[in-house]
Amino acid sequence: MSPSRDASFLPASPARRRFVQGLALAGVAGSGLLRGNALAMTPAVLSGHDFDLAIGQTLLDITGRPRPAVAVNGQVPAPLLRWREGDTVSVRVHNRLPNVPSSIHWHGILLPANMDGVPGMSFDGIAPGETWLYRFTLKQSGTYWYHSHSLFQEQAGLYGPIIVDPLQPPPYRYDREHVLLFSDWTDLAPDALFRRLKKAPGYDNLYRRTATDFLRDVRRDGLRATLAERGMWGRMRMTPSDLSDVNGNTYTYLLNGQPPAGNWTGLFRPGERVLLRLVNAGAMTHFDVRIPGLKMTVVAADGQYVHPVSVDELRIAAAETYDVIVEPTGQDAYTIFAQDLGRTGFARGTLAVRHGLAAPVPAVDPRPLLAMGDMAHGGHAGHGGQGRHRTGHHDTTGQAHAGHQAAQAHAGHDGHGGHAPATPRGVVHPPTEAGNPLVDMQASPTGPRLDDPGIGLRGNGRRVLAYADLRSLFEDPDGREPGREVELHLTGHMEKFAWSFNGVPFASAEPLRLNYGERVRIVLVNDTMMHHPIHLHGMWSDLEDAQGRFQVRKHTVDMPPGTRRSYRVRADALGRWAYHCHLLYHMEAGMMREVRVEEAA
Amino acid sequence: MKRLLPMRILPAILLVLPPGVVPAAAREGGHGDHRRPVSAQPASAVHDHHAGHSGAAPRPSAHDPDAGHAEATSAAPDAPGHGHGHGHGHDGHANHATTSHGAHDHAPAPAPAQAPHGTHAQRASHAHVTHDDLAPAATPPHDHAAHAMPQAHGAAPAQPAPREPIPHPTDADRAAAFPPLRHGHAHGGGINSLVRFDRLEGWDADPGTGQAWEARAWVGGDVQRLWLRSEGEREDGRTLAADLEVFYGRGISPWWDLLAGVRHDFAPGDSRTWAALGVQGMAPYKFEVAATAYLGSGGRTALRAEVEYELPLTRRLLLQPKLELELHGRDDVRRGIGTGLSTAEAGVRLRWAATPRFAPYFGVVHERSFGDTRRYRAAEHGQARDTHWVAGLRWWF
Repeated sequence: MSPSRDASFLPASPARRRFVQGLALAGVAGSGLLRGNALAMTPAVLSGHDFDLAIGQTLLDITGRPRPAVAVNGQVPAPLLRWREGDTVSVRVHNRLPNVPSSIHWHGILLPANMDGVPGMSFDGIAPGETWLYRFTLKQSGTYWYHSHSLFQEQAGLYGPIIVDPLQPPPYRYDREHVLLFSDWTDLAPDALFRRLKKAPGYDNLYRRTATDFLRDVRRDGLRATLAERGMWGRMRMTPSDLSDVNGNTYTYLLNGQPPAGNWTGLFRPGERVLLRLVNAGAMTHFDVRIPGLKMTVVAADGQYVHPVSVDELRIAAAETYDVIVEPTGQDAYTIFAQDLGRTGFARGTLAVRHGLAAPVPAVDPRPLLAMGDMAHGGHAGHGGQGRHRTGHHDTTGQAHAGHQAAQAHAGHDGHGGHAPATPRGVVHPPTEAGNPLVDMQASPTGPRLDDPGIGLRGNGRRVLAYADLRSLFEDPDGREPGREVELHLTGHMEKFAWSFNGVPFASAEPLRLNYGERVRIVLVNDTMMHHPIHLHGMWSDLEDAQGRFQVRKHTVDMPPGTRRSYRVRADALGRWAYHCHLLYHMEAGMMREVRVEEAA
Repeated sequence: MKRLLPMRILPAILLVLPPGVVPAAAREGGHGDHRRPVSAQPASAVHDHHAGHSGAAPRPSAHDPDAGHAEATSAAPDAPGHGHGHGHGHDGHANHATTSHGAHDHAPAPAPAQAPHGTHAQRASHAHVTHDDLAPAATPPHDHAAHAMPQAHGAAPAQPAPREPIPHPTDADRAAAFPPLRHGHAHGGGINSLVRFDRLEGWDADPGTGQAWEARAWVGGDVQRLWLRSEGEREDGRTLAADLEVFYGRGISPWWDLLAGVRHDFAPGDSRTWAALGVQGMAPYKFEVAATAYLGSGGRTALRAEVEYELPLTRRLLLQPKLELELHGRDDVRRGIGTGLSTAEAGVRLRWAATPRFAPYFGVVHERSFGDTRRYRAAEHGQARDTHWVAGLRWWF
């Protein structure tokens, strides 16, 4: 047995923790030690049609200890690539890493499968010393990003922003723009972090409730209620403080490559409309971003225009991007504050009229605890794979019938074309979950909870963005009702740090087959207590509202615990495409599938 | 659940049933090479309007309207066969009409269940329309022959085409889509390991000092692991007990592993080997439990069970109660073991998580023996129970 998931440990390095929070809270500006051998500053900008990117090893000093990192052209984050819609770009990627293959995936960019940069699906990866020529035509505009799809290189620094300038002027005006690229940095070698997660998945779950908390809860709620609540968690063998697998105990959160004390600063002139292009390049982190004193008007999500919505705060899941407009005026400096979902740390920067300024940095919010309701754990949903499942309901058998999805489509599959996917019905779990040693929990979420700002963000007095606020500026570009529905459950085992779709890890899963040209509804059901930002390569994920109507076009759909969400996919890109949770270590632990789009013959 | 409308459930259930029962042929098709026409399909038909029902664009050959039409017509009578054999849609059947309808009609889904809800019709029709619009080159009206079919099924109005047309793949597109691959997707280690010393402790014995260890380790994947366990005790320079167990372990449910292997005792007495079968895992309320049955030479049997719990007093301080029981199937006088419940050891340890991996602790342990074991021990050591303080270290890597 592994050391218990909720083992109550203090940070391995309290000094670093103090560094991450204390120094920043004191508002102390960064010193030279924050600057690495790599240029960890605002990313350099490369634009044009032809690009040369050299992937190489470098040393990066974020915490006072220079550590190996993977850089592009010597930079972490990698340079900002500025493209133009309609252009054909050529990117020569040179792998100068010693002895390790590498790759670059252009996240959210529509392109031919062999340009997608996923080793084992799009190509064989870029061997050390070799160069791969990426060449594709941009069919879209907006804010995107790129990262390695090889092993853990993304965690080690291989990520950078992409801006595709539109051919038509955008439906909003701005005077200036900044990229805000958030990420998480660890001094650990990323593969060592993965091994640690396998040994001790609860290593970072420091805030397990103690005997003292128990007494406090007894005084507050009474003994019976407290015991009942503790009993539920006890029977599940889980802890409500377990919000994210890796948190500020391990990570230093970065904004444009700078830790909080580095205080990355973006300039503005009072009265300007500033477009901020937010990118979450974190490997395992959801950030809750706000700029105290400023409203953020969200104008695009995942690169695609949305009806403007004005908020105080937004949660950006791993791999998502948001474009927001702020109009700073009246203050010389505003803090950009991005706390992690678990409230264990934050990334921070400043918008200021000149360099060297800082505004007060807020404290992180109180740490939330998961409630049973957060996981749609009604108390009778079976755990441990003993849950009810109606056999023969092929809808949910992505694995058992993975090879037959197409068959199902046309063999009387449950494709209620126009019906709302969210039609409440009993949750049916795929048979592959039953008794599966890799599935520690099953939930019974019945709805998408699109209007829920999320755990830790409810009722905080701020206007927080929810998915329900996001509406594409355009109507459903495809317009067809889905011809069939594929339901996949997000599954995992917390103590084994095993993650999967339908209880079947990537290594033993069949591809999910789509027919070229068809429109499919993918229904995701989160059977775990973790968030999973699910990313489909090569095609858009057109998120549906609770009534099953097209709502917003995305490339990454976050799946909080307790949700059942659906989106439409237009299978208009032939090839083998990766489909996975964008929490890097969840993907590596098996929460990934190949989606294969083939001509139907 | 309560909002479920029967009208919606019924078709859902009916539609759901078929695939469970769906002709094996359709499934087998799914396993095979999807590019190859299945069975008796006329080869000439293969390239043509196969893609239609999926909305895919036909290959260039399909641009010939007459070909498409002819196939549609001629293949129609075969619909039932196609429906079964090709319901999965990968085969190269003559035409979309036949195939999609074959699948819909002849897959076991009862037609009446579909019609009232228009599900089938809707899907079918949109597939066709789709087809048309996807393949602008093939726009000639022949395709409408196919369209007649969905309508004949009493369908809803044909579905609009995608607003953004879906382009025809060219051969270059196809080549780009499926490049030959030499390697699979590289993933992080599938083999992991853990070594954990639960107890490395000492105490003041009388005479001398006592030491004990308990360790377990695993190496392997998420379901199958090789387990090592070892436990032992020394007092006053003498090894009172020491054993090593090696198991093949397999996850049999989310919380339980079944272990099968051997145990070797180095002490007490001459070394001895047992066959071992056990379970270990986490019981509800997070009790860690292990129970192992042993079969030794000459039909000796034994059972060892252990349960422990971790109670966090503060974030650094954990209280760990632990109980271990040993039972034996027959007397073993030389080792001082009697039949039945032979020994029980209960301990409470207070652990300080100095770092995540190293945690020193102290605690109190009470050991006692029962039955004949108690008699033998009393005779040998003059006591059958013992309570002592221990100090130790828990460590994993």
